[in-house]
Amino acid sequence: MGESKDIAERLAGLALFADLTPTQVEAIAHRFEEEVFAEGQRILRTGLTGAGLFVIVEGQAVIRIDGTERARFGPGEVFGEIGVLTGEPPNADVEAATILRCLEIPHAEVQPFLIEFPHVMYRMLQAEARRLRITTEWKT
Amino acid sequence: MEDLAAKPYPPGRYDVVVVGSGPGGLQSSHALTGLGVRHAVISADDAPGGMFRRFPIFERLISWTKPDAPVGRDTREYEWYDHNSLVGERGLPALAPEFMDRTFDVPSRAEMEASLVAFADRADVKVRYGCRWEATRREEDGFTLETSDGEYRCRFVIFAVGVTQPWVPTIRGAEHAAHYVETRPPGAYQDKRVVIIGKRNSGFEVGNGLLPWASQLVLVSPRPVQIGLLPHSPLRLRYLQPYEEYVRGGAGTFVVDAAISAIERVNGSRRVIAEGTTRPGRLEFDADEVILATGFQAPLQDLRDLGVATVLNDRIPAQSPFFESLTVPGLFFAGNTSAGARGMRKHGVSPNSTSVNGFRYNARVLVEHVAERLGIERERPRLERNEVVPLILHELSSAPELWIQKNFLSRVVTVSGKGIFDEGIVPLEHFLDTGGEDAVAAAIEMDERATIHPTVYVRRGNRIAEHELPPHPVHAYDGHLYAQEVEARLEALL
Repeated sequence: MGESKDIAERLAGLALFADLTPTQVEAIAHRFEEEVFAEGQRILRTGLTGAGLFVIVEGQAVIRIDGTERARFGPGEVFGEIGVLTGEPPNADVEAATILRCLEIPHAEVQPFLIEFPHVMYRMLQAEARRLRITTEWKT
Repeated sequence: MEDLAAKPYPPGRYDVVVVGSGPGGLQSSHALTGLGVRHAVISADDAPGGMFRRFPIFERLISWTKPDAPVGRDTREYEWYDHNSLVGERGLPALAPEFMDRTFDVPSRAEMEASLVAFADRADVKVRYGCRWEATRREEDGFTLETSDGEYRCRFVIFAVGVTQPWVPTIRGAEHAAHYVETRPPGAYQDKRVVIIGKRNSGFEVGNGLLPWASQLVLVSPRPVQIGLLPHSPLRLRYLQPYEEYVRGGAGTFVVDAAISAIERVNGSRRVIAEGTTRPGRLEFDADEVILATGFQAPLQDLRDLGVATVLNDRIPAQSPFFESLTVPGLFFAGNTSAGARGMRKHGVSPNSTSVNGFRYNARVLVEHVAERLGIERERPRLERNEVVPLILHELSSAPELWIQKNFLSRVVTVSGKGIFDEGIVPLEHFLDTGGEDAVAAAIEMDERATIHPTVYVRRGNRIAEHELPPHPVHAYDGHLYAQEVEARLEALL
């Protein structure tokens, strides 16, 4: 399973946190909790409130709308951000496609976290722009 | 020579083997007996009590028991007032309050231990003491546990082995520090400069205990104390005197946010070198004693080699909503090890599975599930239509399982052509994710503003609708307005 004992080490390897100092990454690893999901286990549920933002540390997640697969995300990618940023419940289900390890940032902590670490926010925006471009290309 | 044959549960074949005689093991065995599941209980200890035979070091628990309440100690409602007793079935009342001297509304370690010994005795939970689990093998139809007394074969194992093995993060020079479990009586720290690494429960517990003795006290870890969350956290305010002294500018006590770079030995004393997190910058603390209050892990022995995935920095096995290993079916976890079932973490809230109040219910849910897998059907009382709303309201008002395991356990009623059935207490995540007959689940939830409110989930044609009900200042959810609201939500279902 390639399970490293130190989550800070694994976070440091993700592009999302590449601009941070080791101390900052360690602080993040202590502040938020790691969650593990079995293949097929659901993480975000369409229409239900209270979900947070997830950073994939290891494994793959599949995004489904009405049961149809729409996208897959892997290590370093983020999901749940749209629901958190808009304050609306998710409009898709997200399930683990493999055993999946994520760092979970609860809804209420996302804003202070992103403001404290603007480099992470910038990298998230870049990823968001890439996703938007793919969606736009797909629609036209 | 000890007569091994005179001990209960000799090695052999059982449907279930429970490992451990702390509260998780005792509750599991009591529930298994109630459902008629053939099982054995083995324990390396020589008496019941588990971690409470040793911890907490400063001798006071953090969860409350109200010896007197408006309801009797033998009622289900009383469990809400008493977060430390195991749940007795078949008329056994709550035992923790019997042993409390009422100095506080939380028991001492010794009082808690005594109540667990009494539970094993009065509930007649038999345990093969002095029988150490040594190795685990996977078989075609289950598992073999190798123990100091011989081999046990079983379909399912319930490990209730506690989370009591010291856990130390990778820190250079950690060998120059002692772990929390090695903390000596407070007098041993008189006139010493003490650095405590860790600002969670055990860090503050030790810090508070050493305040009258140490000449200087520093609590340090990367994560800041989240003041806004403290009233909602299991970290009890009465441990926070070191923090209060620091924020009010008291001398000699410091609570610092910093990542530890190294612990060094310098001229017979220690130096802790750290890098500030909330405020950047290098910090150095000279100390006579360094205590690692960095937490614990479950003693999993060879289970990782068997494929058991872990969570929370490799400390606890990752589990399904029924407390089964996510990666090795058939292995279950009870007691505070059940904290590896994380639930939905709705609004970021974790279940209360690290303490008796929560895991006593986890054990019952686990055991009902295991019994079903063994072909023992659980009881599903049939309900009349007009009984459904009162049942839901009663549960929202006073069900201890819902109030203690918020955002995690729910009361479920199914509705189908066969009738209306009370499905009892079900993990909320399981209800929401598995689909099935039309149904309603009632849960108590805490949101991100720490407001507690009841929530009703209605499942129709495998679609879930969530209905959050408004909070009530004294949690009275059995009144007319709530009845109207729930009735309206369930109208189409019923």
